[in-house]
Amino acid sequence: MTTLHSAPRFTQIDGLQATLSNAIGDALEHAHDEHGELMFRVRRESIADVLRMLRDEFEYQQLMEIAGVDYPGRPERFEVVYMLLSVTKNSRIMVKVRASEDSPVPTLTGVWPNAGWLEREVFDMYGVLFDGNTDLRRILTDYGFEGHPFRKDFPLTGYVELRYSEDEKRVVYEPVQLAQDLRQFDFLSPWEGADYVLPGDEKASTPPVDDPKVTESTKDTGAGPEADAKADEKVSAGSPAEENGGEDRTPPPEPTEDRPDRAKREGETTDTPAATTPKEVKD
Amino acid sequence: MSHALQIEESPTTGDETITNYTINFGPQHPAAHGVLRMVMELDGEIIERVDPHVGLLHRGTEKLIENKTYLQALPYFDRLDYCSPLCMEHSYVLAIEKLLNIEVPERAQYLRVLFAELTRICNHMLNIGAHVMDVGAMTPNLWVFELREDCMNFFERMSGARMHHAYLRPGGVHQDVPEKLLVDIGDWLDNRLPELFGDAMSLVTGNRIFKQRNVDIAVVSKEDALAWGFSGPMIRAAGIPWDLRKSQPYEVYDRMEFDIPVGTNSDCYDRFMVRVNEVYESKKIIKQCLAQIPTGPIASDDRKVAPPKRAEMKQSMEALIHHFKLYTEGFHVPAGEVYVATESPKGEFGVYLVSDGSNKPYRCKIRPTAFSHLQAMDMMCRGHMLPDATAILGAIDVVFGECDR
Repeated sequence: MTTLHSAPRFTQIDGLQATLSNAIGDALEHAHDEHGELMFRVRRESIADVLRMLRDEFEYQQLMEIAGVDYPGRPERFEVVYMLLSVTKNSRIMVKVRASEDSPVPTLTGVWPNAGWLEREVFDMYGVLFDGNTDLRRILTDYGFEGHPFRKDFPLTGYVELRYSEDEKRVVYEPVQLAQDLRQFDFLSPWEGADYVLPGDEKASTPPVDDPKVTESTKDTGAGPEADAKADEKVSAGSPAEENGGEDRTPPPEPTEDRPDRAKREGETTDTPAATTPKEVKD
Repeated sequence: MSHALQIEESPTTGDETITNYTINFGPQHPAAHGVLRMVMELDGEIIERVDPHVGLLHRGTEKLIENKTYLQALPYFDRLDYCSPLCMEHSYVLAIEKLLNIEVPERAQYLRVLFAELTRICNHMLNIGAHVMDVGAMTPNLWVFELREDCMNFFERMSGARMHHAYLRPGGVHQDVPEKLLVDIGDWLDNRLPELFGDAMSLVTGNRIFKQRNVDIAVVSKEDALAWGFSGPMIRAAGIPWDLRKSQPYEVYDRMEFDIPVGTNSDCYDRFMVRVNEVYESKKIIKQCLAQIPTGPIASDDRKVAPPKRAEMKQSMEALIHHFKLYTEGFHVPAGEVYVATESPKGEFGVYLVSDGSNKPYRCKIRPTAFSHLQAMDMMCRGHMLPDATAILGAIDVVFGECDR
């Protein structure tokens, strides 16, 4: 694929994927190259060893970022992605592991000192545990916050809202109450992946019957014997036109504008003249 | 500075009591550059330990982005580092373009680089001014704010907004700029910027008090700078000539001639001087952009990504449909994941974008620059005096919109 975009161009090293795959060895689960970016998925238990090896032997000196991602459909729902940067070889790679709520990832605080906060953030947002991180406190959310907000099953609105209470002279937490429904527009085309059941869609899956039912008389309502009996009583008397030979004797409606004259108002009135009446010119 | 004094009683030696203070620095403190709370343990006036508490400005931007289409998510980036909004958008649009693999017209690339560099000047004006004010100088701040105001006026003429531009779009930029604006920027760079900025810096850079407050404060070795994930002026002050514009060029940066200022001593003074020199380098880049900028389209002609022109919509049914689809459903991005990092004025600003093939990002992780720098506060502050903490913080150039997201 030819590169058309103008995103940052770092050095593409020939055979880097094979070299690093060999070096990672048994711990490697999957490796691929996408848009010129190498991604290695390794076994969770050996992540610290793999990254230490990449730092010491392959000159990936900097850990720029640790990102968590949530895929609720998977048995191990979380991915933890490590972005490495080599300032000497001018190269970037990504290494990731999979984890679940109860399978801790080995910490990297012994390899890079800045892993501490980055791991705290992933823990805070997703609830991924890091084995060996001695300071795994929440970092971005409020003091005393419950839950892990970036999980896909955590609602966008959250559960609590807070305000300053003038009565209690402090900030109080309350269950979130929206003055207006949260507007979530889904503009996906119905034929492009959105999972709607439109009225009538169910007919597509019902097979046609051999002997289709035909309504022969008005009493065949199909709504049970009681309804059938009622329908039998109500036989149409025919339209009015048929009864009196087509002549319509309904009088025309009263003209709405023709009202009886109102009595004149008594006493002084302060009505201002209408805007359209010509003004009296006083001289 | 000391809001709540908490005195811990240490074992006494008999005649005198040795006490350590634990004080709260912030979250409401002018030198905290926003809402930073630092719990400091002091021995007298010497800092023994710092525990920065961040997240007071956490707005859940990344989660909000997951619930918006790609285009709707763009303005959130302006609100990250609100001192350099255009550079925030830059990483994001480049990440989308990398996933889509679409070409950006040359004029749009030049416009992006030009205004990204103007943003850098604008950002450094704020930081330089705030830094000198943190260590006690008043006048230079007022002078460089004049220049910042000029930049804001240019941005207003560029996009209509002084701060939250939403100017970069996947596939190009939103609007072309008037020719007069480019002329005025060139004029400003030649006449006003060097004069006023030079005057302001002549008050500071050689000043004895300024040097006393900054030289040899928070010296970080090259090894530490790498290990702590430093980037931008912080790593360049440590003497590592690492600049993503040079080493991993994006847009038309590879056609620009500029130098990377580096520090020699890796202290707060070097960080300050790196920024001062970067202003002049940015000026060079903008001058080259102004000289080279071609005419032509300012957005991709791929109608599945970039909207058609307004006039075209009045005539063409197809253009109208494209416009409607782009602003309701939005465009779909092929499944994949990329990490794109650009050189924002504060350092490496990265976006890790995961797409599942739909019209909304599946995950958008933002790599803030300040997060790693602030984490090193404890390491940098240890053993320094309490007033040095403000100088160190000023030299980090931290903005909490970006740090807390």
